[in-house]
Amino acid sequence: MSLATRPQPLVDNWNRPFWEACREQRLILQRCKGTQKCFFPPAPVSPFTGRPDWEWIAASGRGALWSFVVFHQNYFAGMKDELPYPVVMVRLEEGPFLLTNLEGMSAAELRIGMAMSVRFPGGPEGFVLPQFGPVE
Amino acid sequence: MPPDPRLSTPAIADPWPLRDRIAFVGIGTTRYGNFPETDSYGLGCEALNAALDDAGLKTTDIDGLIVNRIPTYERFAEMMGINPQYCLLTESPGRFSGVSMALAAQAIATGAANYVALVYGNNGRSVRMLYGGGDSQWSPWGMTSPGAIHAMMWRRHMHRFDTTHADLGPVSVAFRHHACLNPDAVMHGRPITLADHATARPICEPLKLLDYCLINDGAVAWIMTTAERARDLRRPAVLLSGYARQDAFHYGSAPPDDFWYPNLSATRAVYDRAGIGREDVQGLGIYDNFSPTVLFSLEGLGFCEQGEGGAFVRDGTLQLGTGRWPTNTSGGHLSDSYMQGWGIIAECVRQLRHECGARQIPDVQAMQYICATNIAQSAILRRA
Repeated sequence: MSLATRPQPLVDNWNRPFWEACREQRLILQRCKGTQKCFFPPAPVSPFTGRPDWEWIAASGRGALWSFVVFHQNYFAGMKDELPYPVVMVRLEEGPFLLTNLEGMSAAELRIGMAMSVRFPGGPEGFVLPQFGPVE
Repeated sequence: MPPDPRLSTPAIADPWPLRDRIAFVGIGTTRYGNFPETDSYGLGCEALNAALDDAGLKTTDIDGLIVNRIPTYERFAEMMGINPQYCLLTESPGRFSGVSMALAAQAIATGAANYVALVYGNNGRSVRMLYGGGDSQWSPWGMTSPGAIHAMMWRRHMHRFDTTHADLGPVSVAFRHHACLNPDAVMHGRPITLADHATARPICEPLKLLDYCLINDGAVAWIMTTAERARDLRRPAVLLSGYARQDAFHYGSAPPDDFWYPNLSATRAVYDRAGIGREDVQGLGIYDNFSPTVLFSLEGLGFCEQGEGGAFVRDGTLQLGTGRWPTNTSGGHLSDSYMQGWGIIAECVRQLRHECGARQIPDVQAMQYICATNIAQSAILRRA
């Protein structure tokens, strides 16, 4: 793995708290106060009501594998050494999907529907990228 | 994000107010390939001149202009000497070919313009356009490119419906067969087999090379006007009988988890809007940026049950000569030319004019266009 050479996240006013929490090894999500439903990526308003009526909550860090792909084509200079690399689509227990990678397992071990959980092994300078693996 | 249940119900299923009122009267296409000696402006000018010649019109007749994948409408209009009363540049994704067609129809029907020229030019091949990379929401995780989004969807489809990568083979093989009947296709003369499809190099698994569209230079232009004016022009008029669209932007920036099935289903309203049923259509033009979208389109529009797209195409259903629904008879994006829907709609018009030679669908009277994206669309065109 070479998480240190990954592309930097695009930080904006809405996702800054998410990235700050990741640096502290915590996964957080916005939750709509009107519907109690969570959403991602971070946004100024709840997509369920259109209103700025939401709060940050600590996510469980657990989810289920929804789908996955394996890249053979190189698009990022800093990821060339990782080819072929998997990207997994995880449906978090709270509802939203995350696109992430594997830590502690290989794509050959993936089964759609399997339980997965988050870990925070590193990232490009100043950031920690959530990665997912088998539930420990 | 949970799907919005309203998506699968069309807001408007009434007969289309513009049914059969707007016509395609000029079609122009360039050569397709690698042309570093020109650019999207040069290619666009070439296509528009071909469309004007085809229609028997002059630039001075054009009072509406829509350009796509050409950097600016002003420079293009300046080059061609067109000073329209209706003009815009539409967004670059291929779903905007159909959107542009609908905008032009609305502009003509409301009197905003009489003759709208729609011009698409793309020099992605010669400038080595890479459809991926750059900064985006998911780039820190290496997730990028339209192909990967479709690969993610197809993996889920395989899981949910027990489909396989081999189910995509008949799509790629049928379109390549058509390209081999089309001397202008990029892949003319290069037939493929199901085995070639299965053993192609992986790009983003589960998709492989032959599931991906081409990247090539070229341009397409259409000229549209009223059905009434079309009667005085030189080509057999092809009418836009119906159009339906339903957007779905609720996916939370991730690949859609529903194969666009609900919003594609809503576009089944196109049959009522056009007054032409599925059984009255002799051929299809399906937006094939990646082979899975063809199956998503067929399932979404109700040609087969959801999940049965693979079985539906297995026996050559999409192939000229053998199939009930010859699809992308020019070779489509997979094997003719990546003109982002513009070329596929041009082929529908040419089929309806009965000018397709070796790839002609016999006595075709109506063609249906389908585009499976977050702006799901379908249109039905017919011979006047």
